Amino acid sequence: MASHLFCGRVNLNILREAARKDLREFLDKCSGSKAIVWDEYLTGPFGLIAQYSLLKEHEVEKMFTLKGGRIPSAAVKNIVFFVRPRLELMDIIAENVASEDKLHPRDFHILFVPRRSLLCEQRLKEKGVLNSFTNIDEYILDLIPYDGDLLSMESESSFRECYLESDQTSLYHAAKGLMTLQALYGTIPQIFGKGECARHVANMMLRMKREFAGSHTQILPVFDTLLLLDRNVDLLTPLATQLTYEGLIDEIFSITNGYVKLPPEKFAQKKQGEGGKDLPTEPKKLQLNSAEELYAEIRDKNFNAVGAALSKKAKVISAAFEERHNAKTVGEIKQFVSQLPHMQAARSSLANHTSIAELIKDITTSEDFFDSLTVEQEFMTGVDTDKVSTYIEDCVAQKDPLIKILRLVCMQSVCNNGLKQKVLDFYKREILQTYGYKHILTLKNLEKVGLLKPQSTMRNNYPTIRKTLKLWMEDTNEQNPNDISYVYSGYAPLSVRLTQVLARPGWRSIEEVLKMLPGPHFEERQQVPTGLHKKRNKPVILVKSA
Amino acid sequence: MAFVTANWNPLGESFYRKIELYEMGWNLKDGLRECLVAAAPYGGPIALLKGHYRRSPSARPQLEIYSSSGLPLASFPWKSGVVKQLGWTVSDDLLCVQEDGTVLVYDLWGGFKRHFSMGNEVSQSQVLETKIFHSPYGTGVAILTGALRFTLATNIDDIKLRRLPEVPGLQEAPSCWAVLTQDRQSKVLVANGSQLFILDNTACTPVTPPGLSPQASSIVHMCVSFSYKYLALLTDSGHVWMGTSNLKEKLSEVDTKIKTPPKQMAWCRRPKSQQPSAVVMWDGLLIVVGECKETIQYHLDDDSVLVPELDGVRIISGTHHELLQEVPGACEEIFKIASMAPGALLLEAHKEYEKESQKADEYLREIKEQSLLSEAVRQCVEAAGHEHEPETQKTLLRAASFGKCFLSNFPPEQFVSMCRDLRVLNAVRDYTVGIPLTHTQFKQMTVQVLIDRLVYRKLYPLAIEVCRYLKTPEYQGVSRVLKHWACYKVQQKEESDEVIAKAVSVKLADAAGISYSEIATKAYESGRTELAIKLLEFEPRSGEQVPLLLKMKKSPLALSKAIESGDTDLVYTVVMYLKNELNRGDFFMMLRNQPVALSLYKQFCKHQEQDTLKDLFNQDDDHEELGNFYVKASYKDQRLEARVALLQSAVDEYYKAKNDFSAKTTEDEMRLLRFQRKLEEEKDEQLVGFSLQDTMTTLLSVGLHKHAEQLYKDFRVPDKRFWWLKLKALAEKEDWEELEKFGKTKKSPIGYLPFVEVCIKHHNKYEAKKYVSKVTPEQKVKAHLAVGDMEGAAEAAIERRNESEISTVLSRCSATTDHLLMERLNRAKATAVKK
Repeated sequence: MASHLFCGRVNLNILREAARKDLREFLDKCSGSKAIVWDEYLTGPFGLIAQYSLLKEHEVEKMFTLKGGRIPSAAVKNIVFFVRPRLELMDIIAENVASEDKLHPRDFHILFVPRRSLLCEQRLKEKGVLNSFTNIDEYILDLIPYDGDLLSMESESSFRECYLESDQTSLYHAAKGLMTLQALYGTIPQIFGKGECARHVANMMLRMKREFAGSHTQILPVFDTLLLLDRNVDLLTPLATQLTYEGLIDEIFSITNGYVKLPPEKFAQKKQGEGGKDLPTEPKKLQLNSAEELYAEIRDKNFNAVGAALSKKAKVISAAFEERHNAKTVGEIKQFVSQLPHMQAARSSLANHTSIAELIKDITTSEDFFDSLTVEQEFMTGVDTDKVSTYIEDCVAQKDPLIKILRLVCMQSVCNNGLKQKVLDFYKREILQTYGYKHILTLKNLEKVGLLKPQSTMRNNYPTIRKTLKLWMEDTNEQNPNDISYVYSGYAPLSVRLTQVLARPGWRSIEEVLKMLPGPHFEERQQVPTGLHKKRNKPVILVKSA
Repeated sequence: MAFVTANWNPLGESFYRKIELYEMGWNLKDGLRECLVAAAPYGGPIALLKGHYRRSPSARPQLEIYSSSGLPLASFPWKSGVVKQLGWTVSDDLLCVQEDGTVLVYDLWGGFKRHFSMGNEVSQSQVLETKIFHSPYGTGVAILTGALRFTLATNIDDIKLRRLPEVPGLQEAPSCWAVLTQDRQSKVLVANGSQLFILDNTACTPVTPPGLSPQASSIVHMCVSFSYKYLALLTDSGHVWMGTSNLKEKLSEVDTKIKTPPKQMAWCRRPKSQQPSAVVMWDGLLIVVGECKETIQYHLDDDSVLVPELDGVRIISGTHHELLQEVPGACEEIFKIASMAPGALLLEAHKEYEKESQKADEYLREIKEQSLLSEAVRQCVEAAGHEHEPETQKTLLRAASFGKCFLSNFPPEQFVSMCRDLRVLNAVRDYTVGIPLTHTQFKQMTVQVLIDRLVYRKLYPLAIEVCRYLKTPEYQGVSRVLKHWACYKVQQKEESDEVIAKAVSVKLADAAGISYSEIATKAYESGRTELAIKLLEFEPRSGEQVPLLLKMKKSPLALSKAIESGDTDLVYTVVMYLKNELNRGDFFMMLRNQPVALSLYKQFCKHQEQDTLKDLFNQDDDHEELGNFYVKASYKDQRLEARVALLQSAVDEYYKAKNDFSAKTTEDEMRLLRFQRKLEEEKDEQLVGFSLQDTMTTLLSVGLHKHAEQLYKDFRVPDKRFWWLKLKALAEKEDWEELEKFGKTKKSPIGYLPFVEVCIKHHNKYEAKKYVSKVTPEQKVKAHLAVGDMEGAAEAAIERRNESEISTVLSRCSATTDHLLMERLNRAKATAVKK
C-alpha cells in the first residue's frame, strides 16, 4: 500500500507509520462507533497517510463534510471533528454542536491538524461549547511522506502567508516537522540555508533542540545535511512551464495531494458489445506515485523522451505476454500464470499513461504552446527582457487566461531584476483594462511578494547569476540527460544548482552570487551524540523550500 | 531461622502470622484511648485527634499526624467545629469531617489545603455518622445525617453530591452500614435490625444474605473487603457470616461465641488466598475467623485500631504496630515443619552447602530428579518477597541464587527485580521513613506512586536514590523529584530570592525535562513574583513562560517570549489577552513595537474585524493599505454611488501615498463605472462591472461602434489591442463588410495576418483571401498556408529563399496531389541550403 515510500534512499515509511500510529491512538481514545466531520481541505493530505480502511477498522462508520447547521443524523456514539485551527471553522463547529439533538446527544471530539490552538479553544469557549467536547487533541501532521524521495507539508498557501501576510505559522510547523523527522531519523549534523524564512526555521529548530535537551535521540543520523531555501531565492523556477512528464500533467490537469483528475473520454472502458454508449461523465481520478513502476520510470523524463519510453515498454510487455507460447511444461505455465497479475497491472498502467501522453501531446504540439515556450526561453536567456513583449501584448489582446499573462510578466520581471517603470505600468494598465480593475489588488500583491517589481537603480544581476550558476545550457540532451537542465529543455532550476554547488565544491565558491540573492545564507552544525557519527560515502541531503 | 514459624497460627487449611512492624516512636500518655484515629492504607500516615470526646471549650482537642512508625509529622490544636470522622485520601491528604457536614482538607504536614461542604441538607440535619472510602474514581465521603438519610460524594476532587433514597422503617440510627463499589457505582449497605438494604442512586432494595443463621435478630457489624468483593456480617448471636458482597454466595459462617458488639471488624484476606477470613476486635481481644469452626485468638494489651490492607490487617496500638496476615503460599511451602516442597529442599540444600556438607548434593539431587529446581528457585524468590526480616530475605535469596547455578536458561529477571524491590522496600520500611509496605502492596501501588509519596513526605534524597536505583527514566524519575523539591524550596520564606534561584538552578542544571515554569508558578503563588521571573529565565521553552507571565501581568515580556517561541498561536493568545486588558491606544502602541504580532493581528482583523484593520492603517498612516482597503470595500457594496464614493476615498489615499499610478487607474475605473451606468440606462445593456475590454466588446457586438470608439480614445487604449478587439468582434458578428471597411481605415497596427486567421477561424476562406495580399512578406507563407493555398505558399517561400519556410510548406504538402510542387520546393531548398 505504501511501497513507494520504501524505494528512496531513506525509508520514509517510518514517518508514515508513526503518523498512522498517532491516528489510531486518537481514534481509540474516542471509544465506540464514530463519525468524522472533515474540514474538507484536510481530506487530501490525510489520504497520503491513511485510507478509509484504517478508519473503518477503528469504528469510523460515517464521514461528513464540515458545514453549518446540524450534522446529519447517524447512529454513532461519537462525532469527531478533524479540522485546521481556524476561527471560521470554530464558528461552524459551534453551530453544529449547538444544533445537536438534545434527546440523543453524541460525544463530541476535536482533532486539530496540525496543532492545537488556544485561540480556537478560546473561541469555542466564547461560543459556550468548549465543555461539550470530551477530547480535544492535536494531530501533528507537518511533513507528509509524499513519495519515496519527497516529503511535503501540502500547505499550498504558505508562500502567500509568509511573504504577503507576514504570517509565519507555516514556518513554525516546518520547524516542528523537522524536529519530528530528527526524532525518527536522528539529528541532522549540518544545516545550510538561504533566505529570511530559512534563517527563521533554522533558529526555531536550534531553539527547540535546546528545549528538548536531555531527551536526545540515540539514532544513527540518516540525513547528513539539511538545506533550507526560501522560495523567493528562486522565484523563476515555478514561473517557467514544466516540461517533464509529471510536470506537464500538473501544468495541464494539476496534481493535488498525489491525485490527478483526467477527462473521462480517453479512459472509457473498451468492452465489447457496449459500443461506447455510456461514456463516463465523472473525471477519472488517478493516483500518481512511484509505487507504479512505469510511472516511476517516466515521471521525471522530459516529455519529448516519454514517447520512446512508452513504446519500449509496450514492446517489453507484449513480449512478456508472448512468452506464454513458449511455456511448455507445467512448471513453466505455472510460472507464467504467477506473473500474470503483475503483467496485467503493467499493461493497464501502460494504457493509462499512453492516454495521458496523447492528451498532453495535443497541447504541447500546438503553436500556442510553442510560442509561449519560445518567449519564456527568450526571457530566461535574457533576450529583450527590458522591453514590452509583443507576444504578451498579443496574448492580452486575445484575452488569454490571466494566469498565463501574469506568469509571463512576472518571469520577465524576475529575469530582468525588475521592469522599467514605463514597461511595468504599460503591462499593469493592459491587464487592468482587459481583465478588470479589480486586479489592481492582484498586481499589488505580486509586487509585495517581489514577483513583480520596478527596476531599481541597481543593475540587472540576473545575467551574472545565470552565467555563474549555468542556469541556461545550450546543448541539453532530452533523451539521455546528463544535466538537470533537461527538465526545462535548457533551463536548470536555480534551487537545484544551489544544491549541486553546495554538495560540490561548496557555497564558498559562489559567495558573490549568494549575495545577489535575497536573504542571508548560513551554516549551522548540530552536535550528534558521540558514537553516532557515521561514515558513508554518499551524503543524503534533505532540501526544504519554504 | 528455625523460628520463622514461631508466630504462625493454624486456621483451617492455612496459617496466619502476626509480625511486628514497629515499636511506635510516639509517646502517648493514654495510648489511643479517647482518640479519634485514622490511618491511611498502604502504610500511610496516622492522624490522631486527641481529647476529642471532652467537649469543654477550655480544652481544645489536639490534632496530631504521625508516620506509620510513630514519628511526628505535625501537631496543632483543633480550632474548627466538632469533628465526626478523620480519614485519608488516596493521595495522602487528611479529611476531617465536621458535624455540620463541612469537610476540611489538610496535607500530611498539617497544612490547610481547602474545605468543601456536603450540602445544605447535611448541615441542617447534622452528621450522625460518616465513612471515608476509596474507589477507582478517587476518595469518597458518605454521610448519614440526623434525618437518617445518606449523602454521598464519590470523588472529593470532583464533587457531585448524591442523596440516596430513604430506608423504609428506619426510626433510629441503623445498627451498622458500609459503602460498596459495585457496577461502577457507589452504594450503601444498611442493616436495620435483621433487615438488610442496598441503597443506590434510585432505589432502596431489601436483600437477604444467603444462609445467614436464623438465631440472629440483628446485624451488629459489617465490613467490606479491600477489593469490595467480599462482605462480612456479625450478628448479635455472635456469628460471623462471610460471603460475596453481591450477596449471591455464602462462603462460611463461624460462631465467635461472643455476643457483645465488637469495636472493629476487618477483612484479612490476601489475593489468591486459601480461605476467606476476617478479624474481629473487642476490648483486649482479637479473633481471626475463617472457614472452620476454630478461631485464632490474640490477646491485646492496649486499645488498638485495625487498618485493613490489600493483603492483611495492620494493628496499631499505643505502643506497637503489627501486621496480621495469612501466611503466603510460598512461605508456607518452604517453612512449614517437615515440608518437602522443592523450595524447602533447596533452602535445606543451601544450608548444608554452607556447612560444606555433602548432604547439599543429596537435597539438590532430590529436587533435580523431580525436575523441580526452577520451581524451587521461584518459590524461594517469591517467599523472600513476602518476608519482613532482611535476614530471612537474604537467606532465601541466597538459596535461590545457589539453585540458579544448577540451571541453564533460567530467566534472571524475577530474581534481579526482586532483589531491587526488596532493597527499596527495606529502605522505605525503615523506622525513619515509616512506610511499612508489603511486596504485594508495592506492586499494586507502583513505583511511580511510591516516589510520589516519598516526595510528598519531602524525602527528596531518598526518592532520587530510589529513582536512580530502579533506573526510572530521568524524565519521570529524578527530574520529577527535583521539580517537587524546587517547588518546595521556593516556598521557603526565610531565604532570599537570589539564594533560592541559585540553589534551584544549580541542582536542576543537568536534569532533563525540568519545567521551570511550573516551579515559577509555585513561587508566584506563594507571593514571590520577582523569584518567579528569575526562575522563568531558566525555562528553555519560551512557550511555557507565556501563560505565567500573563498571569503576573508582565504582558510585554509575555509578548516577546511568545514571538521568540515562533508559535503563532501563542502570539495570538497574548495579543487577544492584551486586547482585552489594555485600552485601545496602549494596545496599538504595544503592537507597533512588535511587527510580528502586528501583522498577525492584522490577519485576524482582516477576517474578523474589518473596522479595526482600518484603524490600524490609520494609526500607521499607511495610505497605500488604506487605499487598498477602500478598493476592497467598494466591491462589497452593491450601490454604484457608494462604490464610486469608496473609490474616491481610495484615490485620495493613493495620492497621499504618492502612488499616482494607482490613483489614476482608480479614477479611470470611476469614470468607466459612470459611463457604464449611463449607457445601461440609455441602451438597456448590462455593463456595470465589466472590464474596459469587455465593455468595448459588448458595445461592438451590439453595434454601438461610436461608443466603443469613444472609450478607445478616452482611455487611450493601445491601437493594437483595439484593432484586435474590433477585428474579433466584427468577425464574431460575421459583419464582413464592416470588417473590410475597418481594414481600410488605416494601416493595421497588427498587420493583416490576424485578419486572415480570424476569418479562417470563422470558416470564411473567401474573406480571408482578401487580406492575404496585404500581409507582410515575412508572414506571407503563413497566410497562404492558412487559407490552404499551397501554390501561393510555395511561391512565397521560394521567393524568400528561406529554408525553414520551404520545409514548413513541404511538410504540409501531400505526396499524392502536390507532387510537382514538392519537386520545385525540394529544388529551391537545395539551392537555399547551398547559399
